[in-house]
Amino acid sequence: MESVYAQYVWAVPIFPLLTFLLLTLARSAAKGAAAFVGVGSSLIACVLSILILLERLTANTDVYTVNFDWLSFGAVQFELGYELTNLNALMLVIVTVVSTLVNLYAKGYMADDERQSVFFAYIGLFTFSMLGLVLSPNLLQLYIFWELVGVCSFLLIGFWYERSSARAAAKKAFIMTRIGDVGLLIAILILFWHMPNHALDFQTIAQVFASADTMSQYGISAGLATWIASLIFLGAIGKSGQFPLHTWLPDAMEGPTPISALIHAATMVAAGVYLVARAFDIFQVSQTALLIVASVGGFTAIFAATIAIAQRDMKRILAYSTVSQLGYMMLALGLGAVTAGIFHLFTHAFFKALLFLGAGSVIHAVHTQNIFQIDGRGHNMKITAWTFAIGALALSGVPPLSGFWSKDAILSVAWESNKLLFVVGIITAFLTAFYMSRLFFMAFTGASALSTSETAVEASGAADGARRKPDASSIVHKETESTIHESPAVMTIPLIVLAILAVVAGFVYTPINSGFETWLTGEAAGDHTNWIVIILSTIVALSGIGLGYVVYGPNGVREDRWSSVLKPLYHLIERKYYVDELYTLFFVYPLKVLGKVLYVFDRYIIDGVVRCTASCTVQFGKLFTRVQNGQLQSYGLLSLYGFSALLLLLLLLGKGLW
Amino acid sequence: MSSMLASYLTLAAILFCIGLYGVLTKRSAVIVLLSIELMLNAVNLNLIAFSKYGVVPSLKGQVFSLFSIAIAAAEVAVGIAILIALYRNRGTTNVDEFNELRN
Repeated sequence: MESVYAQYVWAVPIFPLLTFLLLTLARSAAKGAAAFVGVGSSLIACVLSILILLERLTANTDVYTVNFDWLSFGAVQFELGYELTNLNALMLVIVTVVSTLVNLYAKGYMADDERQSVFFAYIGLFTFSMLGLVLSPNLLQLYIFWELVGVCSFLLIGFWYERSSARAAAKKAFIMTRIGDVGLLIAILILFWHMPNHALDFQTIAQVFASADTMSQYGISAGLATWIASLIFLGAIGKSGQFPLHTWLPDAMEGPTPISALIHAATMVAAGVYLVARAFDIFQVSQTALLIVASVGGFTAIFAATIAIAQRDMKRILAYSTVSQLGYMMLALGLGAVTAGIFHLFTHAFFKALLFLGAGSVIHAVHTQNIFQIDGRGHNMKITAWTFAIGALALSGVPPLSGFWSKDAILSVAWESNKLLFVVGIITAFLTAFYMSRLFFMAFTGASALSTSETAVEASGAADGARRKPDASSIVHKETESTIHESPAVMTIPLIVLAILAVVAGFVYTPINSGFETWLTGEAAGDHTNWIVIILSTIVALSGIGLGYVVYGPNGVREDRWSSVLKPLYHLIERKYYVDELYTLFFVYPLKVLGKVLYVFDRYIIDGVVRCTASCTVQFGKLFTRVQNGQLQSYGLLSLYGFSALLLLLLLLGKGLW
Repeated sequence: MSSMLASYLTLAAILFCIGLYGVLTKRSAVIVLLSIELMLNAVNLNLIAFSKYGVVPSLKGQVFSLFSIAIAAAEVAVGIAILIALYRNRGTTNVDEFNELRN
């Protein structure tokens, strides 16, 4: 059957790009229309990609590739183009759906921002880059879009650039991901060097790395494959915020909340997971590389989950939760379960976007991000509260919400192949349920939710909304119960849509419905029903929530009571294991010292030489300016001397005077 | 005969050197002008000496020296005129004071 929509797949990234171009050209003129342009174009892209996905689900599952020459020198040719597989058809839908909802939400959230049109232009560029990355048929093109995504995240995290913390966070995000990008670039260069015909497209990569035989046929050793895979994974570590390059992700919370949702759900961080899944052929041939991926993923999952239980900032908790869930995905990929990893990416995109947008809605209303200051004041916002609850339950892995199914898929793979990683996964699941219930109960329930005349704690300077308007930040926000309203419909509709998706997205791939795996990877689906895992993960999720309810629920102590009992441990976790401090100590500080040394070297040695040269020339010149004294007689005398010297020279040379 | 030439040339050289010395050392502009005349006359002396005792003796040298004297007279007239103009402007004839060339 001939594909109908697949041939228009190039149009999917074009619409967000058009948004960007249009809004950049129009600038302030488009102020009011900016949101409509953003929402409209992303909606078109979204509808188109859903049509493409539906078509691929029902009929045509061939890989659809279009390439054209870009550069050619000698025998080497670089191509650009686009490729449609089942994997990236799914990714297209994830990206465009989240992008559309974020655009819609941002219309409300950013309503009174001066630079609204710039914001929507950036979102357009960001979405375009991510879609381009997803559609890239070769690694080189992917790398171009990879960097574009990095630039866009820099622009958006630093969107409120008048705040120094936003600037610092933007720089940090850019530099930290750069470290990973270098790894990816080196991997691409090695591949370019060793691949037949210097081919970098995924189809050739799949052929070459199909098995050990084909690899040796093309002269690629197993060790080399391990190196390539590890370096590609380094790129993914940077982009997907895995340990040890995860520190930029929580700091990226400095951006506007819709951007946090976009970065954390659909674009930036998904790029790393997508890259590993896309280049999985290379990983598959190297057990070492897979083990690295699985261990880094597992470690990151539990590491970030422990940090999340001691954070007080709503968005930071969600950020660490993202890091942790990305670790889960990497864990799945490292265990060879591409389907489970991508499935978790798919479900996570919806409920994490939901959680971020919900958090943004609360922050928008109460002007603080600290959950102990919010202290139940979110309860008036009925839609936000309910949808947030659904998102939190989905993230915690409560059946039958989407997070349960994807987490279960990962855990059952881990159960079969690596018991240690299974234990890590199940502990992480418990911690996830615990910190999510802590967040939910602190923000939406509690004593203040019952009293009607409670005067709110004044908003700290850290509040998202207060910082957005520097002139208003000095005004103390005294939000009383009556002033906290539900957000406008443009903000709640995305929440409702995402909540529905968070509930139903999981049914795509359940133990009784495993066609998804065949569809995605082209391999026959194995039976992954594992009742022990299902029961265990359910118990763990429910007990995590239960513990959260006991401690932080309306009748609980509502404080981190264990902080006084296990003080050193609490501090360790609250300070995020001092990773940032360690980086400061081991990288930033030595580099600063080196910079100082080089500065002194430059200032006194290099500049010294330059200045010495300059002053020597000047002094030499001064010497001769004294000769020019305007005295005719001394000029004459000098001429005489010169003439005599010439004569003397002639005599000495023995040429005779004439 | 050539010994005669040598003594004329020596006299001319001595005159020239005295003139040169005067030009380079004297502070008074008038004396500098006088010294220039001395140098010119040393040259004239050379011309005449060569016209009489040179390799190809002829009257041309003497005619040349007459021209030279006439030009020297004109030169002195111009020189003195400049000197008077300078004196009127600066109130001095001291060569050390004249350093306009510097700027």
